[in-house]
Amino acid sequence: MRNGRAFWLFVGPFAIGLLVFVYVPIAWSLLLSFFDARNTVTPTSFVGLRNYADMLTDKPFLSSLGTFSVFAAFIVPLTFVLALALALLVNQISFMQAFFRSVFFLPTACSYVVASLVWKLSIFNGVRFGLANTVLGWFGAEPIAWTVSTSPPWYWLVLVTLRLWLQLGFYMILFIAGLQRIPQHLYEAAWIDGASRGWQTLRHITLPQLRTTSVAVVLLLLVAAYQAFDEFYNVLGTDRGYPPFARPPLIYLYYTALGSGGQDFGHGSAGAVILTLLIAGVTLLQGRVITR
Amino acid sequence: MLAACGSNTGRGGNGQALRQWYHAYGEPGVQQAVEKYAKSYPKTPIDVQWNPGDYDSKLATSLLSDGGPDVFESTLQISTVRSGQVVPLDGVFGDAKNDFSESILATHTVDGKIYGVPQAVDMQMLFYRKSMFAQAGVQPPSTVDELIDAARRLTRDGVKGLFAGNDGGGGVLAGPALWSAGLDYVRDHQVGFDDPVAAQAIGKLRELYTSGSLLLGAVKDWAEPDAFTQGLVAMQWTGLWTVPAVQKALGDDFGVLPFPKLTSSGRPSVPVGAFGAMVNAKSKRIDEAKEFVRWLWIERTDYQEDFNLAYGFHIPPRESIAEKASKLTSGAAAEAVKFVRDNAKASNPPDWTAVMRTAFNDAVSRVVRDGAPADIELRGAAGKVRDELKRLYG
Repeated sequence: MRNGRAFWLFVGPFAIGLLVFVYVPIAWSLLLSFFDARNTVTPTSFVGLRNYADMLTDKPFLSSLGTFSVFAAFIVPLTFVLALALALLVNQISFMQAFFRSVFFLPTACSYVVASLVWKLSIFNGVRFGLANTVLGWFGAEPIAWTVSTSPPWYWLVLVTLRLWLQLGFYMILFIAGLQRIPQHLYEAAWIDGASRGWQTLRHITLPQLRTTSVAVVLLLLVAAYQAFDEFYNVLGTDRGYPPFARPPLIYLYYTALGSGGQDFGHGSAGAVILTLLIAGVTLLQGRVITR
Repeated sequence: MLAACGSNTGRGGNGQALRQWYHAYGEPGVQQAVEKYAKSYPKTPIDVQWNPGDYDSKLATSLLSDGGPDVFESTLQISTVRSGQVVPLDGVFGDAKNDFSESILATHTVDGKIYGVPQAVDMQMLFYRKSMFAQAGVQPPSTVDELIDAARRLTRDGVKGLFAGNDGGGGVLAGPALWSAGLDYVRDHQVGFDDPVAAQAIGKLRELYTSGSLLLGAVKDWAEPDAFTQGLVAMQWTGLWTVPAVQKALGDDFGVLPFPKLTSSGRPSVPVGAFGAMVNAKSKRIDEAKEFVRWLWIERTDYQEDFNLAYGFHIPPRESIAEKASKLTSGAAAEAVKFVRDNAKASNPPDWTAVMRTAFNDAVSRVVRDGAPADIELRGAAGKVRDELKRLYG
């Protein structure tokens, strides 16, 4: 009895918050997706699956899903490999390990908005005195309008470097934790058996032992790729709206559901449900493939 | 239910304050000014709320609930009217209606009814450096081709010809480009740019973008005069609100122009918009709220003058006030008043919805930045706009 009360005392506030601020809105949004809900959250006109049909034939929405599948296919392996490499390096060194671990992890603590503004306004601004353009200037190159030009699409350089800088440290820490759980005697046994330090132990001991960590990292990376919003919104968004390229699905839905000039919660919610199903599907699929 | 519909539910007149919302104006002193106006209202206490940050989203969300303001400022959108979130204010204008400029009232009118009392008019125009023009031997442009040519000839010694936003001009100049060819976003409930000339007009923005004479990726965007005042460009598209800052930095060394015409059937243009005072349809004290709006923005002409001219730089929407305001009788400001009188176009008409805007802006961006064929892109956007108009007007 006392245990039960203590349980609810500790879990209750969190559970209530979760219910009120997460589950109810999710259920509500599911409900809205079946209604014509323009400028209202208590709609009366039921439209069945029409919002879903509209969104699944809406070219900009489909192209944003396409763009972000490509983006995920690119950023997930890249972040994975770089984070793993960093973790292996930091885990190997014997001096100032704590220092390097902190240094690489610190950017994770930085706000996405602040980092986006630094990238957009100081490093990659388009005028001749921007940091990147100053460096180019030393080699006699013309200034580049990094976030404006679409051919070549330099904005990807800005967005990808920004995301890597912000994310790498976090995944590196996950890998380091995974590495430290690998029992040392496995390596010792391998060396006795004549395995060389380096590639052979990495391939046959480290990587297999990191499987659970790897699954978690890939899963988190995939979800993060489809949920892209902050840095895209802050780097490419202007007061005139968002350009049609590199437009994450969430940004497109944000403008649909909440953009000035008409709140369309029906279509916005339908799009969100589609996106959720897509993320869940891809995640399950990759879980199957990797753990097999 | 019945009680909720009436305005007299027992809350009115019992001394509780009416709630009034503003977005956060950048100019110092505006907040104190509007609080002062509210305090001097004799009939009802007014509770002024100042809203920094994303005002549009906050307002839109609050209008969905019962917790919104009674009176608020906003631009008018047809969706707000169609979902019954605001009440018509035709009655509060009285004789003063003729004193408001027609193009400004149009931005607050849907289906023949007026829903907002314009508070302050903002407009955009082209600023140019007279000294740089003289040095290069270039005349102020009066056609779009002359503008492109001028931008090209003024690009030299690390100075670019024109700054029209970090998106390469497709954002702020798309409307003016349509108007330059005698077209529009929407016109009489029809697509306003479903015309082969539209492709030519938007194609000119592509020409400008590829000419190498645009400044791109500036630290501050088009709404702020920094690129122009720092001498990075010879021309910049920005707003009336920057005139004091430009004057301070450059003295008399600048002039202003409307966006020029493309063809002889087109016209020069300046985009205008105005925040208007509106009354929330969910307010329990609609009549009191209307009376307050009438008092503040129609009766108290002295406050309208103070609000428009004592802090930032706007044009009073009432012509009688704009005409006698000494700050607006000379220099760039006087020109601006003249442009608004002769060349005003609504920068964001009420029935130009988010869906239409996204479709059109996407098309323009692809034409200007990617070099996509303008006729195909605009035809696609026109189709979307037509569907949306059909939904709105049947």
